[in-house]
Amino acid sequence: MNESWIIGAALVTPLLAMVGIGVFRQRPNAREAASLVAGIVLFGLAAWLVPGVADGDRPELILYEFLPGISLGFRVEPLGLGFALIASFLWVITTLYSIGYMRAHNASNQTRFYLFFALSLGAVSGAAFAANLVTLYVFYEALTLATIPLVTHSGGEASRRAGRVYVGLLLGTSLTMMLIAIAWIWTLTGTTEFVAGGVFTEGGTLKFGITPGILAALLVLMVLGTGKAGLMPFHRWLPAAMVAPTPVSALLHAVAVVKLGVFTVLKVTIYTFGIETLSSFGIGRALMYLAAFTLIAAGIFALREDNLKRRLAYSTISQLAYIVLGAMLVTKVGAIAGGMHITAHAFAKITLFFCAGAVMVTLHKTKVSEMNGVGRNMPITMTAFLVASLSVAGLPFTGGFWGKWYLALGALETDQIVMFWVILAGSLLSLGYLLPPAVRAFYGGPKGADQPPMTLAGEARWPMVTAITVTAVISVLLFFAAEPIFGFLDTIDFRGR
Amino acid sequence: MLALVVTWAAFAISLVLLFQVLNDGPIRYFFGGWAPPWGIEYRIDALNGFVLVIVGFVSAAVLLFAGPSVGKEIREGHQHLFYAMVMLLLAGLYGMAITGDAFNVFVFLEIASLASYALIAMGKDRRALTAAFQYLVLGTVGATFFLIGIGLLYAMTGTLNMVDMAERIHGIHGSRTVLTAFAFLTVGIALKAAVFPMHYWLPGAYAYAPSVVSALLAGTATKVAVYLLLRFIMIFGADFAYVALPLGATLTVLAAVGILIASSSAILQNDAKRLLAFSSVAHLGYIILGIGLGNDTGVTGGILHMFNHALAKGAVFLAMGAVMLQIGTTHINRLQGLGRVMPWTMAGFTAAGLSLIGVPLTAGFVSKWYIVTAAIDRGWWPLVLVMVASSILAVFYIWRIIDAVYFSAPGPGAENVKEAPMTMLAALWMLAGASVYFGIDSSFPASVASKAAAIVLAQMP
Repeated sequence: MNESWIIGAALVTPLLAMVGIGVFRQRPNAREAASLVAGIVLFGLAAWLVPGVADGDRPELILYEFLPGISLGFRVEPLGLGFALIASFLWVITTLYSIGYMRAHNASNQTRFYLFFALSLGAVSGAAFAANLVTLYVFYEALTLATIPLVTHSGGEASRRAGRVYVGLLLGTSLTMMLIAIAWIWTLTGTTEFVAGGVFTEGGTLKFGITPGILAALLVLMVLGTGKAGLMPFHRWLPAAMVAPTPVSALLHAVAVVKLGVFTVLKVTIYTFGIETLSSFGIGRALMYLAAFTLIAAGIFALREDNLKRRLAYSTISQLAYIVLGAMLVTKVGAIAGGMHITAHAFAKITLFFCAGAVMVTLHKTKVSEMNGVGRNMPITMTAFLVASLSVAGLPFTGGFWGKWYLALGALETDQIVMFWVILAGSLLSLGYLLPPAVRAFYGGPKGADQPPMTLAGEARWPMVTAITVTAVISVLLFFAAEPIFGFLDTIDFRGR
Repeated sequence: MLALVVTWAAFAISLVLLFQVLNDGPIRYFFGGWAPPWGIEYRIDALNGFVLVIVGFVSAAVLLFAGPSVGKEIREGHQHLFYAMVMLLLAGLYGMAITGDAFNVFVFLEIASLASYALIAMGKDRRALTAAFQYLVLGTVGATFFLIGIGLLYAMTGTLNMVDMAERIHGIHGSRTVLTAFAFLTVGIALKAAVFPMHYWLPGAYAYAPSVVSALLAGTATKVAVYLLLRFIMIFGADFAYVALPLGATLTVLAAVGILIASSSAILQNDAKRLLAFSSVAHLGYIILGIGLGNDTGVTGGILHMFNHALAKGAVFLAMGAVMLQIGTTHINRLQGLGRVMPWTMAGFTAAGLSLIGVPLTAGFVSKWYIVTAAIDRGWWPLVLVMVASSILAVFYIWRIIDAVYFSAPGPGAENVKEAPMTMLAALWMLAGASVYFGIDSSFPASVASKAAAIVLAQMP
């Protein structure tokens, strides 16, 4: 069945949304409606592709020759489709949330905000469906550029400094290491296509005179070059990006941008290098240890961070490292676990950011130490916060459980006992940094005179509360939806045909 | 106005010529009806056809832009002279590119050079005079070297016609006179093309010249000089230049050092035009690097980058011209907050600036891709590192301007600043838009560049 038009439509929808947002710039309700409709359409298009892709269809849309021998092309496979589904669904929810947030904050330049938001989503869908490394790279960079005006939205000195770090680290890694890796792969193999089982081997031996050393160098360049995955020492852009308005932090810096990073890592591990190739040559160990280090270190940073959004940012870095670790175990279970963790973490972390933003807008509190008693004012918000915290930590009966479960299985399967303990320790750490805000909110009484008296502001506006409720409920439901998700990701073409 | 019409007509003609060449092969025209090798021949192939289009496109945009900017930056009594000089410069540049006669090249080179000295000296800043004088001295040295080279070649081959020369030079490659001629020619051309370390004249000249002149020279003059380098590589034979002589290694080393030094210097500048001038030196380095790599992809990338860089650098200089018109300075600290009051100018600057960095979906990325893959293909890893390091440096220096323009509160008096006039914006966006368009669909310039590279490297073993 020819479904390439759906891919085309999915790419064009965010651009049409931009037109709509521009046209209705004087009428906020119509403007936000354009975003909402585009998000729903995008989600619908992606959902439409699911049954076919699950059956093994790989619809593609090849546009034209972008560089000599390399075309700008798109091919849908389970991992990317899953990513597109999550991003588009959460775009709808985040737009709903933004309506409450931006208006409550009386933010300036809201049209620009929604314009670049839509552009970012366009970049995400392009990257999610990319059929080759160059297409992925193009949209990867496009996402960096499209998010700069969002990160620096509020203006002022803090935004300016954050902008420098953001641009410096994200462009700095991708314009150097990632570009070299892609150009090198192209000169070595003559292809940048994503192929089942990777492009380097044929019948278990390396082609093109490539040595395992070169392969390892390529993998390191590629993974470290993906600055969006937040591996240390290239993680500092994420806490810096927290100066952005909360909806941006929520969708882009808990879901779209960072998930594109780990998605890229997974995608190249599976489709460019090939899981079997990497595991048969034992490549990826060093990066696995780097991911483990990042996982623990970022968790410790998070413990020490008092600013709630920055604490969440470090938590994200730590959780992203789980996914990179899953990829670098170079086993099928690890990769699937990575995919599942992308899903669960997306819903849980966006909930946490939504809650942080709601508290900020209604009570003007941004620090963990100020959270005492917030739960009594905003019970729904803080309950959602608690649920999402448990999901990030990976406790049973939350969506986060399965990703970590399979990761732990993957670690045992590959005899990486150290990694097994790292995974458990990371979970404990995340309980350590996420429970205190929730506990203080519910049980902490007002302490001392330095705490301003609690105002009875109540919950945030209804669009925000709705958004928070939806994502928190889904965080729980994901626990019961593990089987279909696992089954869907299992249809990824891990082996060459 | 007349000047504008002329440049647009010339641009149209050059486009027509290029398409004819692409379809039917080289065009030859015998000047005054004298058949070569006695008379002067004009000969157009894919390579100089492309260069003609570059010159035509940039000058068409610049002249569209010029009106208000010239009114502001050049003294009332000199304005008619200015346009006359621009026409002379363009005549010289077109002539250098189009002619098939080596001595004729020298004549046009002098015409173009003299016109550009005069144009630079018209800058309002008094330092423009010293900059013009520096350029005059070095440019004359360059031209003299070039003439000596031609003279030696004439002595050896007895002809000035390029095609003829290329044929006759084959048997006498080893002779010391030919080697000397090659050396003189290369150094002379390198001076005009501002190849490191002979770039000394360029930053001053671009920084203090009137903005229109900076844009015009950055987009055209050095590109034509690079074309001459390619043309003489063809005359001597690519096998001679690259295999018998270490031209490739020499050029790439110079280019690499130049790229790093010029990009780092660019970061330290406080004047936007001077910053962009240093960036020009670095980008000429990219072009030379591509040519020095001496393989198909590399030379294609180099030629393509001539085009891409002309678009992008022309656009950013025009944006600075618009700024100059509105606030009278291009000092980076004075650019603060202009993003709000001149949104279209600054959006154009940003688009072209991204192309200078080499971000995907801009033209700069495409040529960078060619050059980087060519370098990897040859296994010259230090050059790959130089290329990527310089993109990072480019992020820094472009971001310095973006940072001031978008992330600083408008300075005192900035509220009264208005957007530039429509004609200027149209010109700026012609170039900036082309930078983006040819980054998304590079098939036209890339295919021409690849044909041109094939001609240059025709004799490679």
